[in-house]
Amino acid sequence: MKLLLGLSRPTSGEAWVLGTPAGTREARRRVGYLPELFRYQHWLTAREVLALHCALVAMPRDGWPRAIGAALVTVGLDGREDGRVGTFSKGMQQRLGLAVALLGEPELVLLDEPTSALDPVGRHDVREIIRDLRARGVTVFLNSHLLTEVELVSDRVAIVNKGRVVTEGTLDGILGTDEVRVRVTGVDGPAALAPFGTVSRAGEWLAVRGVAPDRVPDLVAALVAAGGRVHAVEPRRGTLEERFLELLGEPSS
Amino acid sequence: MTVLTIARLTVREAARRRLLLALLVLTTIVIAATGWGFSRISTLSEPSGPAGADQILQAKLSVLQVRLIAAQLLVVVMYMFSFVLALSAVFAAAPAVSGEVESGIALAVLARPLHRRDYLVGKWLGLAGLVAAYAALATGAELATVQAVIGYLPPEPAQLVLYLIAEGLVCLTLALALSTRFSGMVGGVIALVVFGIAWLGGVVGGLGAVFANEAITQIGTVSRIIMPTDLLWRGAVWSLEPAATRALAGSAGPAALATPFFAAAPPDPAWLLWAAAWVAGALALAIWSFHRREI
Repeated sequence: MKLLLGLSRPTSGEAWVLGTPAGTREARRRVGYLPELFRYQHWLTAREVLALHCALVAMPRDGWPRAIGAALVTVGLDGREDGRVGTFSKGMQQRLGLAVALLGEPELVLLDEPTSALDPVGRHDVREIIRDLRARGVTVFLNSHLLTEVELVSDRVAIVNKGRVVTEGTLDGILGTDEVRVRVTGVDGPAALAPFGTVSRAGEWLAVRGVAPDRVPDLVAALVAAGGRVHAVEPRRGTLEERFLELLGEPSS
Repeated sequence: MTVLTIARLTVREAARRRLLLALLVLTTIVIAATGWGFSRISTLSEPSGPAGADQILQAKLSVLQVRLIAAQLLVVVMYMFSFVLALSAVFAAAPAVSGEVESGIALAVLARPLHRRDYLVGKWLGLAGLVAAYAALATGAELATVQAVIGYLPPEPAQLVLYLIAEGLVCLTLALALSTRFSGMVGGVIALVVFGIAWLGGVVGGLGAVFANEAITQIGTVSRIIMPTDLLWRGAVWSLEPAATRALAGSAGPAALATPFFAAAPPDPAWLLWAAAWVAGALALAIWSFHRREI
């Protein structure tokens, strides 16, 4: 991320951001950034920090109050804008950082571990913000080690290990085939389920791999027709964490 | 415009972090103390016993004597003040860039569409404004106090302020340049050591000139090239010297000429040009250094 913003200098190679060479002022003009090390001038109020960034993106002066107000509401800091940043908790500072990243209507937003200091409510709020940005056609480039978060919001995922991209693609593509888990009694489960895919036992559940989502009702109907009592059906696919560990060659729990 | 934004931000930081308050309070106390001190000059040789014929003849110090003593004391006070200004400039500038890079504050700012040089020049401008304002206000207050207390004003007060500001700017620019690569503590120490070398070089160079020793004078010249603060101080001293002191220049002994409290002549304009070029060069070096730095 720092390379894309010109904060780090490359040892070799080239990169482009939105069609312009990475690190140029033109590229940075259209990009918003929330650093992993999110620190803002602690002697300023939240409003003043946002005003500073309005000035740095050369926003026309009369647009500042509206832009600042909207940013504060989006991240849930409205009402706290006149507090000194030095008095903010880490979570509030991260929210401020997110507000800073959203100023100036960037086309690309780089978020580096944007929920690291947030509680579950905060993380939910950030996911909503990301979804909202996506709906508005803004590209969000998210860097996170919280794979559950990544799974919930991402369209495309790249997994990087030791500086190399290990895999890259859509989330569905990376997570592989769908799986359905069933808890059923009163019938020979594996036999009834065999036509639908590969069956295996997982505790008191039967896991069937290779079932398309729209065939689940047929699967249930087949079990009922065979005299089974279906207690639970859980469409489940492998988690990103499991796939991640698998790709890196680590044993999963 | 970005430069001005950063400059304003730098000034606001100094105000909010109470640097300005601290300087204001302490300077006021010092000026008040010197004012009291100056008011006591005229009591220096008051007779303390019963008046006898010769003691009546030995009246209080003449107005001229009081002024000469005041002029010398003022040089000492201004000397101390020039150190305060130099140290303050170094303390303010040394962590200006490195502190923000280390804390991460610089990340969000430098990710914006500005040149790195705008950030650096903006900081320089803000700090330079603070140095100039402090030098002018404090010097003005001190001179006004001395004027009010004993009616003495040095011959060139405006020139004095300009020389002091210039000295502050040299220290500021060096510390800021060091700040692009070193932490505040390290950069500050390096800047102060170089300042000390310039100071020592000035004294040694003065001795060399007095004893007409080429080699020793060269040391003074080299130290002026390395850091021109001492030569600017000589300019400040010259601005403080009343005509009577200057007239004594020719007949003053070697000891007087070698001290930092006396200047036999104003600085050569060529050296003043060097000081200006030095500041510009140091700032250019700072810009180049910061351009390559990883944030």
